Amino acid sequence: MTNEDPAPTGTPMVDIRGLNKWYGEFQVLKDIDLRVEKGQRIVICGPSGSGKSTLIRCINRLETYQQGRIVVDGIELSENLRNLEQVRREVGMVFQHFNLFSHLTVLENCTLAPIWVRRQSRAQAERTALDYLERVRIPEQADKYPGQLSGGQQQRVAIARSLCMNPRILLFDEPTSALDPEMIKEVLDVMIELAEEGMTMLCVTHEMGFARTVADRVIFMDAGCIVESAEPDTFFSNPRHARTREFLGQILG
Amino acid sequence: MSTKPGYLSTNTPSFHFYLAPLAWIRTNLFSGPVDSLLTLLALYLLWIGIPPFIQWAIMDADWVGNSRDQCIGGGACWVFVRVRLDQFLYGAYPTDQQWRVNLGLLLFVLLLVPIMLRQVPYKGVLAAFLIVVYPVIAYALFYGGWLGLPVVETHQWGGLMLTLILAVVGIVLSLPFGTLLALGRRSDLPVIRAACVTYIELWRGVPLITVLFMASVMLPLFFPEGFNPDKLLRAMIGIVLFQSAYMAEVVRGGLQAIPKGQYEAAKALGLGYWQTMGLVILPQALKLVIPGIVNTFIALFKDTTLVLIIGLFDLLGKVQQAFNDPEWLGYSTEGYLFAGFIFWAFCFSMSRYSQALERSLHTGHKH
Repeated sequence: MTNEDPAPTGTPMVDIRGLNKWYGEFQVLKDIDLRVEKGQRIVICGPSGSGKSTLIRCINRLETYQQGRIVVDGIELSENLRNLEQVRREVGMVFQHFNLFSHLTVLENCTLAPIWVRRQSRAQAERTALDYLERVRIPEQADKYPGQLSGGQQQRVAIARSLCMNPRILLFDEPTSALDPEMIKEVLDVMIELAEEGMTMLCVTHEMGFARTVADRVIFMDAGCIVESAEPDTFFSNPRHARTREFLGQILG
Repeated sequence: MSTKPGYLSTNTPSFHFYLAPLAWIRTNLFSGPVDSLLTLLALYLLWIGIPPFIQWAIMDADWVGNSRDQCIGGGACWVFVRVRLDQFLYGAYPTDQQWRVNLGLLLFVLLLVPIMLRQVPYKGVLAAFLIVVYPVIAYALFYGGWLGLPVVETHQWGGLMLTLILAVVGIVLSLPFGTLLALGRRSDLPVIRAACVTYIELWRGVPLITVLFMASVMLPLFFPEGFNPDKLLRAMIGIVLFQSAYMAEVVRGGLQAIPKGQYEAAKALGLGYWQTMGLVILPQALKLVIPGIVNTFIALFKDTTLVLIIGLFDLLGKVQQAFNDPEWLGYSTEGYLFAGFIFWAFCFSMSRYSQALERSLHTGHKH
């Protein structure tokens, strides 16, 4: 895959500067700077409690922060609700626990936001939704409820639901951590396809195989800091920091 | 999930009943000395209770006639209920105008049935019509004073008609108000939260009877001379304000049961607050608390009998009033049984409907 960083010119999709966040006395994010170009695939890994989920949840403001600025596709995040909704519309998110709306069918899950937020017609939204359900390979489940699907199927629906909003960035928050081992591959395959199509992606994941295959850059976080950020080849073969080596040693066995 | 051996035979009696009645009786009624003793005791109590009641209420009862002289069988005197039925159902509503009440009820049922059935299109339109337009039509019809309909003052409304009006108004309005209060109580805005908490705790802390008394006796003292809103209207407002506070807590229970992930998913898709609540959270939360909501409805339905203390005569009020008729002294058992049966029939229907609704809204296991 591509190993060269895209030229750091033009507007980045995500630009994070000097981000600090505290839970009370405890500092979860320390002076984070992160720049993601259009089409880049970033994988963020690190031990639990390192702040990696918190970091990507700051990008669509599911978490607030006390210091720093985040610019998403040219829009700076602020307290303003309208501004927030504008950003969230363009930023898709896939959660560890899928978070599908259990009272709606798969198809309704996918059309809800396009109809109510993008103001698409129902027919158009359903066409798009079926298209994406086809791409994640579960069009036949469109009329089922999430509770009737397996975890892997639910997560693929969740990805399709995000794609229906035609987002410019997709955030993945440990998308395979809640899945049984035999279902991880079906979700990763969909994510790899997305990456190959040029979607800008930020993935918090421990799937190092995935990181090796598709990531432009792998970021290692520990105790709220970005410890190491490198291309996958360098990251896996020649990590600079002791803590990265230790983590890789544990996770790769 | 593992099933313990013997699980089926003890926990699904109806299932086994079809397979082997004798075995079912054995396992469920006579599985040990204590069980057997309790079963025999229960059978004995049923034996001394049920047959005499049936004898009294049906076999020996008198059903036809128009005065107490016809009650000669020694059993229940249903003639009393029959003669007074008109009052029990309509209160003092003039007999020749009662078709207006029947028409209003018919219209209500015609609107309600399609809403209660699933898979009917334009449910939203029907519901909006029922909530916004129907009350105006019903009031115009019942009160009259136009199109040549004679005016029937609200103090003439009574009996089951009044019970139903109070209950329906209370049910239809307390659910949306209660929902708003529940949302307010969980709001991020401190002022709104404080206002809702105060409201809920205040109204929940006083007995309904006090609320009605206040609405009837004290409220007019604060109104300017000559401005005296209708007593029925004041009772309705009192009931709605009171029940909304209860409903708010039931709905809040449902809101708290919705996982945080549902809010986050909705937010992440760009849905605003009201869209998140209306499209994602409330449909799930309300579904979860259907048993609690219907429980509150049932309590509300029965609480309407308290309007008696402010001089409105609902079904129970009218029945009790009839006991004082010198012509019919001594038939209070029949009267109470009749009133009790009517209340039970309505409450039981609500309960059955809620169970059917829960089943039809069930969408598989929670994740």
